[in-house]
Amino acid sequence: MISFVSVAKYYNNGSTSVALEDICLKIETGEFVTLVGKSGAGKSTLVKLIIGEEQPTRGKVIVAGQDVGKMRSRDLPTLRRKLGVVFQDFRLLPKKTVHENVAFAMEVAGRAEREIKEVVPQVLDMVGLAERAWHFPSQLSGGEKQRVAIARAMINRPMVIIADEPTGNLDPVNTWEIIKLLTKINELGTTIILATHSKDIVNALGKRVVSIDKGKVVRDEKNGRYILS
Amino acid sequence: MATFLSRIFKYGWQNFSRGKWLSAATLVIIVLALVVFEILIVFTVITKTSLALLQDKIDISVYFKPATPEDEMFKVKKAIEALPETAQVEYISRDKALTIFKEAHKDDVAISQALAELNDNPLSPVLNIKAKQPSQYATIASELERNDWKPLTQKITYRQNQTIIDRLSKIIDITNRVGLILTVLLTLTAIVITFNTVSLAIYSNREEIGIMRLVGAPNSLISGPYMVEGIIYGVMGAVISLALFWPAIYWAAPYMKYFLTDLDLRAYLFEHFFALVGYQLVFGIALGVISSNFAIQKYLKI
Repeated sequence: MISFVSVAKYYNNGSTSVALEDICLKIETGEFVTLVGKSGAGKSTLVKLIIGEEQPTRGKVIVAGQDVGKMRSRDLPTLRRKLGVVFQDFRLLPKKTVHENVAFAMEVAGRAEREIKEVVPQVLDMVGLAERAWHFPSQLSGGEKQRVAIARAMINRPMVIIADEPTGNLDPVNTWEIIKLLTKINELGTTIILATHSKDIVNALGKRVVSIDKGKVVRDEKNGRYILS
Repeated sequence: MATFLSRIFKYGWQNFSRGKWLSAATLVIIVLALVVFEILIVFTVITKTSLALLQDKIDISVYFKPATPEDEMFKVKKAIEALPETAQVEYISRDKALTIFKEAHKDDVAISQALAELNDNPLSPVLNIKAKQPSQYATIASELERNDWKPLTQKITYRQNQTIIDRLSKIIDITNRVGLILTVLLTLTAIVITFNTVSLAIYSNREEIGIMRLVGAPNSLISGPYMVEGIIYGVMGAVISLALFWPAIYWAAPYMKYFLTDLDLRAYLFEHFFALVGYQLVFGIALGVISSNFAIQKYLKI
């Protein structure tokens, strides 16, 4: 469903720096994949390539049968509506309430008002935020904000949810709630890609682990563990 | 499509109403720009009326010798009317001049008595000439002097009033030019300030724009609300600035009348109500929308 074919990504700011080199990776529908690696190893670049925020310098990134690197920028919104993205810094719209933030993703996808009224409360209930629907992001805790972001990511029933360090700003209790939530979503059939550098999470999950170091995939194991190189 | 538009309007309104102080600051700037615009309109009206008033007071009078036959005078009148600079020529016969003179001095016993004692009409027939532009009197005057009408005329007032007429025509010219420069400068200032403020507001939203793109919002859905916000600024700015400006002018109008008796600003306001509201709306909305559009192009990379 997502595949990287000999992908390289260089950044050119004065001198050329290598972010990713010779990445070959296949992610199947329904998988739960954890991407591990130190800060700067290239996890975020990998995520940016999948959502089309960056273009690969070499190779192909194929998402749902489309070559993302070759997509025109005006076709990107359509791709992004099929993906759910969750970030460390939540990225909620500050001037919209919890309900509106989640509804926004559906509105963007052109869904009917009636459907939005029906589905948003269901999803907010699932992430445990039914009571907080009319609060603004600034009135929420970090864990709550991240649950809003997950609700927004899953509301359009995407093929895949990509979470880039979703627990980086959270305390242990909230961290586990977010991980449990992601596991639950995965059990319902959605592919999950989780980038993290938390050893505890990786080891507790016991899912496929792709380790990245200095821009290269150094290990790819089913039921893997976090191994520091 | 209807849902899409209603969503754009909803987001635009949310941007405006939830932006709090940034919206308020932007609105204040737009109101100020519009008030400047209104002041310019009234300034133009005042200078135009006062200049028209002055221009109306300038003319050249040609006094003929009393014995001049009437058909000779009509020849002169025709010739002057034929000049391209002439706006209007009025012939006043001796009898008419006397009637006007009597009417003007009917309360003055001494003059009435003096007139009654004279057997003859002491006044000369006159041609009152108005030029199209104050600067054209010189041409008309020289035309009058150059021709072979000289023996017919007794007095031409132009030479007497020459300095005043020249000075007036210069003042009128300068006022027009300064007014135009002032209008252009102030309008530009208002536009630049508004543009900067709106840009700043959108720049502060660049993270939100990034988030919307991430969720997969098409550009039209991202930029549309800013356009709507621009329209809201324009409409609200127009309403507020009129609410401030209208009472101020209404109150000041009677005082203006002391200086310029012909100027009735209140009447002007009521006569031009819809035009003024229209200008305000068009100018306000254009300011808001154009500024928003510039800022979006800059930060959205469409």
